[in-house]
Amino acid sequence: MYKYDNYDQAMVDARVAEFRDQINRRIAGEMTEDQFKPLRLMNGLYLQLHAYMLRVAIPYGTLDSRQMRMLAHIARKYDRDYGHFTTRQNIQYNWIKLEDCADILEELATVEMHAIQTSGNCIRNISSDQYAGAAADEVTDPRPWAELLRQWSTFHPEFSYLPRKFKIAVIASSEDRAAMRLHDIGLELVRQDGELGARVFVGGGMGRTPMIAPEINPFVKADDLLSYLEACLRVYNRYGRRDNMYKARIKILIHEIGADEYRRQVAEEFAHVKTLGIDPPLAELERISAFFAPPAYDAANVEPDRNDLDFALWLDQNVKPHKQAGYAIVNISLKPIGGIPGDATSKQIDIMADLAEKYSFDELRVTHAQNIVLPYVAKRDLYAVWQALRDAELADANLDLISDIIACPGLDYCSLANARSIPVAQKIATRFADMDRQRDLGELKLKISGCINACGHHHAGHIGILGVDKKGVENYQLTFGGSGAEDVSIGKIIGPGFDEDGVVDAVEKATEVYKALRQGDERFVDTYRRVGLEPFKEAIYG
Amino acid sequence: MKLLTGNDLVSGAVTWWTGNGWSIHVEDAADVGEQGEAILHAEEGARRVNAPYIIDALPTENGPRPAHIKDRIRALGPTVRTDLTLKPADPAAGDWII
Repeated sequence: MYKYDNYDQAMVDARVAEFRDQINRRIAGEMTEDQFKPLRLMNGLYLQLHAYMLRVAIPYGTLDSRQMRMLAHIARKYDRDYGHFTTRQNIQYNWIKLEDCADILEELATVEMHAIQTSGNCIRNISSDQYAGAAADEVTDPRPWAELLRQWSTFHPEFSYLPRKFKIAVIASSEDRAAMRLHDIGLELVRQDGELGARVFVGGGMGRTPMIAPEINPFVKADDLLSYLEACLRVYNRYGRRDNMYKARIKILIHEIGADEYRRQVAEEFAHVKTLGIDPPLAELERISAFFAPPAYDAANVEPDRNDLDFALWLDQNVKPHKQAGYAIVNISLKPIGGIPGDATSKQIDIMADLAEKYSFDELRVTHAQNIVLPYVAKRDLYAVWQALRDAELADANLDLISDIIACPGLDYCSLANARSIPVAQKIATRFADMDRQRDLGELKLKISGCINACGHHHAGHIGILGVDKKGVENYQLTFGGSGAEDVSIGKIIGPGFDEDGVVDAVEKATEVYKALRQGDERFVDTYRRVGLEPFKEAIYG
Repeated sequence: MKLLTGNDLVSGAVTWWTGNGWSIHVEDAADVGEQGEAILHAEEGARRVNAPYIIDALPTENGPRPAHIKDRIRALGPTVRTDLTLKPADPAAGDWII
């Protein structure tokens, strides 16, 4: 893992001191809320329905046990004993007091953490593949590149006041586990004739105008990547709309001028930027990459004993192949049946930290699906890990099944939401609580947002649910056919909305149609794409 | 009836104008009638409460009930964590929201 140097630490410490002063001035009445709001947002502090909410950055979703324990400590000392892992691989605390915020950030800084780039119209926390460094199918480890982008983007003087927020994802596999093409910039690291570079996709996103990012450049050499991204941002910064926040994202710019024209302008800008020498020297890349060297693997390739049936089911569902023989990737589901997707208690966070320290070379990952990953677990240790997770109620074997639901906090917490998301997720998970039934349905990605901002990624759900306000009453629209993976697509609304119980019934009817019509190994989304919407509409609306 | 609500500057807690101060309990909220805007501006000046705004509510025998579900959730707490609401011991409290 990357470790701060003196510059990193000094920057974060200085930011904490600066924000402490700003908080003190706000509490003393020396600043209005209008003056203070942009300052607190730059430090990840929102005001939500019930309290302040602090969003803490977890760069590319990677953290060690010391940092994970700090997250538990913050939950216990300053919040209400739990945290909420988000779709940007971050964590949010829902009950923060303004007077505590500087102390929290000061404690976070002691373990190289902060809340910078978690809000505001800047380049947000860089996201990546949660299996980075462990995936058998990656062409290189994307984390050094994500870290390079973190350093490049942090406090970037030109890009701290963009027309709108800006999200970048980096992957290095053809299998997309990071919803890469639904980002403002998505990078897929690839090799061409042995040379490392990136496919560059620009202009994707969800929100009220969902778009899949077009490919702007099929291969940018690694040596040119920062310059090329600088050019991408410069064109956006110059022409992105600042007059209308709903049309300010880069996806709107590219949609309006066209991908070809945007590509031309970026190429023109790149020709200039490349002369500025901002791409790091090889020595700096090697310095960063050294932090992400493979751990000291030493386990023999021993398959675990599958005699315990519950353990075997968990192995089949939540444990994924590793690039290193003798090792496996463990997914910890934060989606217990009837629970709140992405929430974990401080005790559970501590337990996951302990397991990472003992069994995963001290490393964890947060996934955009609001789960946790132990990326380097020896197969000989899988049973012990599973037992510990089971005792902590963290061993639900439902990865990528219908109860592994992404849900935003919704109207239970969020000031932007129009409808509650979590109760719908709980009811659907409870309806499908029977694990045999879930496994029979297979991979089915269900995602719920409580408003059009789409924090719950409903556009990318095989089944998506969007909560809306219909004359003061919660109403839920269903979408089918979305995907955030390599078969990326935007879901389509199937018809009139439902009340809370109605949408659960509709989801169940859709699964019955799928079961009746599926062929071979088809997933729900495959069957939907083959047969179209009509059979589903017929069953749901009669 | 009209209520004035906001979030406490320091704690962030939801708070309701009582006629002579602020309370975290919606039952204490006063009908601000036509005086809402004037009180709001005065309180903004006092800088104790963030983003105050005026809402519609219905009077009931148990006190005011905000007209919109969003403000009822603000008044009580998250429906999915009854242990964290202002009435954790009242299992029926959630019905008041819905």
